[in-house]
Amino acid sequence: MYKIISRRELAPSVKFIEVEARDIAAKVQPGQFVILRLAEPGERIPLTVADFNRSTGTISIIFQEIGKTTRELGLLKAGDSITNVVGPLGQPTHINKVGTVVCVGGGVGTASMYPIARALKEAGNKVITIIGARSKDYIIWEKEIGAISDTLIVTTDDGSAGEKGLVIKPLEEMIRKKEKIDQVIAIGPVIMMKAVSHLTKSCSIKTIVSLNPIMLDGTGMCGVCRVEVNNETKFACFHGPDFDGHLVNFDLLMHRLKTYPEEEKISLEKCEHCRK
Amino acid sequence: MTQINPKQTPMSKQEPQVRAKNFNEVGLGYTKEEAIAEAKRCLKCKKALCVSGCPVNIDIPVFIAAIMEGDFDKALQVIKAKNSLPGVCGRVCPQEDQCEKKCILGVKNEPVSIGRLERAAADFGKDNAPVSVKGDKEKVAVVGAGPAGLTIAGDLARIGYQVTVFEALHKPGGVLVYGIPEFRLPKAIVDQEVESIKKLGVELRVDQLIGRTFIIDDLKKEGYKAVFIASGAGFPKFMNIPGENLNGVYSANEFLTRVNLMKAYLFPGYDTPIKKARKVAVIGGGNVAMDSARTALRLGAEKVFNVYRRSRKEMPARVEEVENAIEEGIQMEFLVNPIRILDDGQGWVKGLECLRMELGACDESGRCRPVPIKGSEFILDVEQVIIAIGTAANPLISATTPDLKINKWGYIEAEEATGQTSKVGVFAGGDIVTGSATVISAMGAARKSAEAIAEYLEKSKNEKQ
Repeated sequence: MYKIISRRELAPSVKFIEVEARDIAAKVQPGQFVILRLAEPGERIPLTVADFNRSTGTISIIFQEIGKTTRELGLLKAGDSITNVVGPLGQPTHINKVGTVVCVGGGVGTASMYPIARALKEAGNKVITIIGARSKDYIIWEKEIGAISDTLIVTTDDGSAGEKGLVIKPLEEMIRKKEKIDQVIAIGPVIMMKAVSHLTKSCSIKTIVSLNPIMLDGTGMCGVCRVEVNNETKFACFHGPDFDGHLVNFDLLMHRLKTYPEEEKISLEKCEHCRK
Repeated sequence: MTQINPKQTPMSKQEPQVRAKNFNEVGLGYTKEEAIAEAKRCLKCKKALCVSGCPVNIDIPVFIAAIMEGDFDKALQVIKAKNSLPGVCGRVCPQEDQCEKKCILGVKNEPVSIGRLERAAADFGKDNAPVSVKGDKEKVAVVGAGPAGLTIAGDLARIGYQVTVFEALHKPGGVLVYGIPEFRLPKAIVDQEVESIKKLGVELRVDQLIGRTFIIDDLKKEGYKAVFIASGAGFPKFMNIPGENLNGVYSANEFLTRVNLMKAYLFPGYDTPIKKARKVAVIGGGNVAMDSARTALRLGAEKVFNVYRRSRKEMPARVEEVENAIEEGIQMEFLVNPIRILDDGQGWVKGLECLRMELGACDESGRCRPVPIKGSEFILDVEQVIIAIGTAANPLISATTPDLKINKWGYIEAEEATGQTSKVGVFAGGDIVTGSATVISAMGAARKSAEAIAEYLEKSKNEKQ
């Protein structure tokens, strides 16, 4: 059992939980994830580790309530427990001193970006962070990620905070102005990572994306998380989740994420306690 | 002297039409009376060859004699001295290639049905072993709670070692819980046998992926004096044919894990979904292929094809399982090789294009190579494809243990007689050493390794003194 130490709402349907998981907290590196299962008869879902504290033995997870499991997770309170949490899974993000790195976080992807941006900063990079959300209320982790970034740019779709438009806009501008960018990291909705990779490919800026396919065991055993990178099949749980954005087949990823729409609907309909 | 029945006492099964629509166990097991009748066929050979055919050397004539007397508790006790998983092995061991193959009765008649008797011992016998506390000898870490890991854990705990098993999934059992379906091996049986191993004082820790949560060297630092790696089969293999990443294509590992471990057949009562397809093709000729095909049928498929590139004779699956599958209505497509999975234009499977094969030159073992027949392409009309062509080594442990030698396929190099690897104090057995094999062969390797580990620990203790 993994006890929830604290929990709060960061934005509508976006929650933060801090979970006691000593062994994982001791090992986890930026970019890695865990798979959790609330209890029998639950499913296993992958979630990125948004932060960790090695001395208190806790990990933080930030998630959006979309399906049944994330909604049920959102209902848990401090003091409640999660039956299973396994990790850290996946390869850690490569953290090197490369110069200037632009970190692009969309939606809850901003939370996944935080430990990576922090590690990049600690490694001596200049970190420019662009975070985006639907509107002001949906911006998360602004203060935290701002504190470890040299520059923070906020965008909202409706212009209720920061610059109006998508996260790609400020990046386009920087590229247009020929600002020095040595690397881009993008984490967020697949469509956003695709757009960022498309943009940076045209000017050959190395871009890392963190992929979020459907997973089951997360150890390499089942192969459901297969993605195509440079026309080769890779297992995101083992070879990833980070890949070279210029080589990823994003359309395939988007399509494979839509394997169970009917089942997801049935699950939600059947779940009375997780209905809003 | 009474005449010995030349034929085995048959075991009742669910009728094919009935069982093809449920997940209940197919074989119903002997009644006590049937078991006693079958036990009476045993010749009680002084030099029992059956024992030499058993990878874990169960004292077969002794447990059969106990059944003959109607003493199922004693029969179970005799088996458990050598095998911690009798209910499992009585159901899934290929006895026809092991103990029963060596049975003297089998020379002229049918051999004693040792497997069914083992199951009867587990079904009717009560495990009267008291609950033990953790032993006081050295700490031993076991990686993986599958057949090999559970076996060695039981063996070492019985002789006083403090054993901790690290399991990556949320439930112990390995392939017994994620791979083998409920209708062949009820999960309640696995749970029971896992419980009885825990009763020996074994500590079982789930959610621990060795290579990530801990690496092998961490375990040594934590005070484990020996490590046994039994991490299992690993990565699913794909065929590298076009269309394999279409929606509707599953590896057998994924398909079976969803249904067995996650109980997707009970969706939405259980949260994990599975696509229920009308027409399904399963590729492969082993037990995993049979399990996948029969599972697809039970999920409601109208038509399930089993596509295998050789002929029935070459199938690695157990004869009994192939027969069961055919009885249930699986359509066997022998000498057929898939070459492409067709897209319906929306990214979902629309069919499986195949080539007919014929058997060409045979190797020394008599296994013949399939060769394609030119121009024989045809399309199987299916909307789901399950690939059951085996697994490759999972490199997680070897990649995080640089001084652990692996062979060219990535499997851990270990001495056959002991399981000793290239790293001092580290042993390995089961599929991560041999590649995909059977439950019992993994258990046999674990049994040998248990002795080797005990010997190693005694020796290192004496050297210190």
